[in-house]
Amino acid sequence: MSASAEATVLITHEVGLHARPSVKFTKLAKSFAADVEVAIAANGPWFDAKSIVKVMAAKAPKGTLLHIRARGDGAVEAVGALVDLVQRDFDEDRDHARSA
Amino acid sequence: MKQAKRIRQPQGLLTVRIEGIPASAGYAEGPLFDLDRPPAAYRSKAGAAEEKAALKAAIGKALSRLTSLVENADGDAAGILEFHIAMLEDDALSGPAFVSIGSGEPADVAWRQALDGEIADYEASNQDYFRARAADLRDIRDQVLRALSEDSDLAASPGAILYGTDIAPTRFLETDWSSGGGIALKGGSSASHVAMLARSRGVPMVVGLGASADRPTGNALLDAEHGGIVFSPSPAELEAFRQSSSSFATRQGKAQAFLAQPAVTRTGTPVRVQVNIAYPSDVDGIDIETCDGVGLMRTEFLFGKSLPDEETQYHAYRKVLEWAGDKPVTIRTVDAGGDKPVPGFTVEETNPFLGLRGIRLSLARRDIFRVQIRALLRAAVHGNLKVMFPMIATAEEYSQAAALFAEEQAALAMGGAAHKLPPLGIMVEVPSVAIAPEAFANVAFFSIGSNDLTQYVMAAARDNAAVAPLNSVRHPAVLRLIASVAAFGREQGIPVSLCGDAGGDPAAIPALLEAGLRDLSVAPAQLAMAKAAIAGVSV
Repeated sequence: MSASAEATVLITHEVGLHARPSVKFTKLAKSFAADVEVAIAANGPWFDAKSIVKVMAAKAPKGTLLHIRARGDGAVEAVGALVDLVQRDFDEDRDHARSA
Repeated sequence: MKQAKRIRQPQGLLTVRIEGIPASAGYAEGPLFDLDRPPAAYRSKAGAAEEKAALKAAIGKALSRLTSLVENADGDAAGILEFHIAMLEDDALSGPAFVSIGSGEPADVAWRQALDGEIADYEASNQDYFRARAADLRDIRDQVLRALSEDSDLAASPGAILYGTDIAPTRFLETDWSSGGGIALKGGSSASHVAMLARSRGVPMVVGLGASADRPTGNALLDAEHGGIVFSPSPAELEAFRQSSSSFATRQGKAQAFLAQPAVTRTGTPVRVQVNIAYPSDVDGIDIETCDGVGLMRTEFLFGKSLPDEETQYHAYRKVLEWAGDKPVTIRTVDAGGDKPVPGFTVEETNPFLGLRGIRLSLARRDIFRVQIRALLRAAVHGNLKVMFPMIATAEEYSQAAALFAEEQAALAMGGAAHKLPPLGIMVEVPSVAIAPEAFANVAFFSIGSNDLTQYVMAAARDNAAVAPLNSVRHPAVLRLIASVAAFGREQGIPVSLCGDAGGDPAAIPALLEAGLRDLSVAPAQLAMAKAAIAGVSV
């Protein structure tokens, strides 16, 4: 059985999906068996969400509507967890975020 | 190109002073350490399989070195190292290098090519933050290259001033800063990871010193409060430097308590203290609650390698306006020329400080000026924007610039674009304005540019060490002009502020307040000390 899921989430973190947030994002993506991809537009290009090199290459600043999609085991959970991480501003407190 | 000034000392040593941009305030005196020393040569292996194994081993070695560094790091430093580790662990980074090795390249060439491609991509970004990551990528590249060539990587001696094109974050983290020392970069950025680390650890750092043909050695004096470095200092310079340094240390200790409070003098007179910024990202490190707005946002950063388009400018201005909320943000239209040349915009001149610079250049190149005006008009709806023109000498120049704003405003209204006409003011830096301000009774505000005003009144170039003693804002002639502009502003109800370096100089602040100023704009790093200095003045 092959599950798939897709969602969009607004990046509200001060510097966007950059160095430290990308580390957390890709680590979380790697914890799922499903293939996970991100894009900054609905029609792509899609980047491997488990590769920090690719995620950084998406250059998603604050205010970007991030598209996340997954296919395979745990796809729904993976998309849910990643959306949640972005919504929590990557768990960075304000001071941290400012100097990130 | 920065201009380096030389003075022949009696002993025959050549003193060289170069000005740059302060990225982390403080003073350092010590031996120079060359950051640009090339890594040792790599010895090629017998075949592709061996080359691949060598690269794999080098990446592993770099990773284990990072892992041991991260164990002793905290906060920002740990975040940076974890980012480097994650990048190095990602096969997407090294994949292209292994492919190149397969087609015959040696490991060092393959790795360098793969990383240089990534670095170029980061450098081309129009976002400051992303562009600053190029330094991290270069660091990652060089760590592996050093591991490949088994370079032992000579460490800087304690207290050294690290001088070079740029500095790797890991170099910063490996350096022992406990005995002082500092960083002086020809390039660099105040938005870099190292600049953030330097500010949080109190390591003095100056960026943007410009390329230098010299390879200076020996001792140097780093002034990261004002932004400059002196190579082979004379005894007199050394003494003056040590005085500034010890006064800085004393002031800094006392100042922190003042940062969170609004500035008031000893006798209770409130003084507005705003900040000067050079890059939109500068505001990321400032708590808006600690200042009264942005008294000067420079826009020269946009005019670097090429001319900026309207969208790039609009987003840069909007970022700062949204950060400031209700507080004013005073943006200065591009002040190119003089000591700030821009390829494709400024012209070569024998005496650039007296030539086609500031508003003179903008009015001569209206196609370029109009793009900036449209970006400003559109950004104005996102906050409390004020716009000022640099190097105004006559009322006619102001009228022409204001007319261009009116024309572009009409065009935007016709096209239905959201926009707003901000209050338009002028810099007071050409003596003609300071001597006869009555010609400017129709401007919205005055902002005194004390650096240029002083150099023009004293006929002493501000980048020339040989005439530095003449270049004092506290000369009675300069102070009299400042007082007269302040008085004119009070009579006419025109706000007057000051945004030159003197505004953040505790030694000059008493004289400025006595001249009647109640509105100063200072470098972010000088906020606390400026407020502390204001608290000691009785006006």
